[in-house]
Amino acid sequence: MIYNIEYETMPREALESIQLKRLQATLSRVYATVPFYRKQFTSAGILPGDISKLNDMQSLPFTTKKDLRDNYPFGMFAVPMDNVVRIHASSGTTGQPTVVGYTARDINTWSELMARALVAGGATRGDIIHNAYGYGLFTGGLGVHYGAEKLGASVIPVSGGNTKRQVIIMKDFKPTILTATPSYSLHLAEAAEEMGFSFADFHFRYGIFGAEPWSEDMRQEIERKLNLTAIDIYGLSEVIGPGVSIECHEAKQGLHIFEDHFIPEIIDPDTGKVLPYGETGELVITSITKEAFPVIRYRTRDITTLNPEPCICGRTHVRMKKVSGRSDDMLIIRGVNVFPSQIESVLMQIEGVEPHYQLIVEREDNLDVLTVMVEVSENMFSDEVKQLQQFENKISKDIKEYLGVTAKVKLVEPKSIARSEGKAARVIDKRKI
Amino acid sequence: MQAEQISIFLENKAGRLSEVTGILAKAKVNIRALALADTSDFGVLRLIVDNNAVAEQALKENGFTVRKTKVVAVEVDDRPGGLFNILEILKNAQINVEYMYAFIRQSGDKAVMVFRFDQSDEAITVLTENKITVINGKDLYKL
Ligand SMILES: [Zn+2]
Repeated sequence: MIYNIEYETMPREALESIQLKRLQATLSRVYATVPFYRKQFTSAGILPGDISKLNDMQSLPFTTKKDLRDNYPFGMFAVPMDNVVRIHASSGTTGQPTVVGYTARDINTWSELMARALVAGGATRGDIIHNAYGYGLFTGGLGVHYGAEKLGASVIPVSGGNTKRQVIIMKDFKPTILTATPSYSLHLAEAAEEMGFSFADFHFRYGIFGAEPWSEDMRQEIERKLNLTAIDIYGLSEVIGPGVSIECHEAKQGLHIFEDHFIPEIIDPDTGKVLPYGETGELVITSITKEAFPVIRYRTRDITTLNPEPCICGRTHVRMKKVSGRSDDMLIIRGVNVFPSQIESVLMQIEGVEPHYQLIVEREDNLDVLTVMVEVSENMFSDEVKQLQQFENKISKDIKEYLGVTAKVKLVEPKSIARSEGKAARVIDKRKI
Repeated sequence: MQAEQISIFLENKAGRLSEVTGILAKAKVNIRALALADTSDFGVLRLIVDNNAVAEQALKENGFTVRKTKVVAVEVDDRPGGLFNILEILKNAQINVEYMYAFIRQSGDKAVMVFRFDQSDEAITVLTENKITVINGKDLYKL
């Protein structure tokens, strides 16, 4: 099923001509209304009128998270506050949060994109959607909510937290679609098990998971434990929230980016050079329909690859590969690039090991030391010290073999790694150079 | 003839052991024997208690990884060579001792040792044949 046949299956040529028109209009508007962009364009020696084909946009300067923070709270808004009907903010784990605004039309656009996304992920009007994304300043909860209503599905606005009650609702209301962060979905599975329930007795068909990077192995773990098909959804509040791209359930091979609203580029994160289709780099997004908070060449820090090949589902929109990590949480351990998701893959391939882990990086005698904390599950606990040590050695050996870095492995008690109801804290970098 | 022991995964952190004993005290479980095997960062605590089911539930509720394992409790003559005699019997039968620890006993002239074997059933047979008393699980918890 496709929600908006006309736009989602539009021939590339027509799509690109719409993109150019919308890009030009957006550039003129931000130049006129956002002092930050006017300054950026001026110092790069570019006027909006200079952009006469899509490739010309490569000469525009990037926008970064820091730029958004510097203009806290409303400095990047392109419309008067009178026209803003909604404000969201990203969690400020490091310093200032970033604040985003929406006009009534933006909310409508976002709802449409989320309706498209839910349908691509397997939802229909007849589904009951258990929406466990947090409601509030975070865009996840309300994003899914509005999309589900636009589609005409039944949405349970359960939000994050109160996990036991969620399990009872899943049992009694029989929802058929689960929307949550991947780590929270495993938390739900654990809680259900502790309460004596199994997801096999629930009625889920599809789960739509996002808001944090997760590996293919974690997908398999979720599909097994939750007895559903797991779909990856992508988005970020700076761009619109969830609904920038999604996997189609037909192929589950990359996430279609809604290109009639966003222009994606892949760049080399070090040089800023635009890379051709198929190459791996940082995703950069330009929004071309947003009114209140347009972003021009926004650096997402997410590492992926774009694939323009036609898809079996019929959508013509380019697909991005599942995000393999972030260019800023990429760890450099003694010169080797390591993504937490790679460590996760190694762990998941070892029988009995569950993906509850945390990476700690420290500097001892000027050398980086990586410690991988892994929670001991009942499956791996054998009463023999020897066997537990074998687990530690095996994990350490596999990390060395697959990633080329030396890691100390430390087994820890279950639930001792801080697990928020939303995103799991995977990395603690104690190096201060 | 085998007895049941509770094993608990513990991080080497100050206060963990006292936390376990506190949880068991609150659950009114009496610890009859205890052994801790540890490495630099974690340990395995092994316990013989008077009520396994209650102990296991209380510990799991408090977030510990718990496992029940089979062990064999054996009476040992309280005289020089008492333990040697038993180990010789096992050695001759080519049965390996994974680990063992002492059981606290209030009275009687015999000591009790708790063994974990690689082959429990064979161990029980050969010990019994050699007139060594293996203590039934039920009796052990009441000793
Ligand atoms: Zn597709």
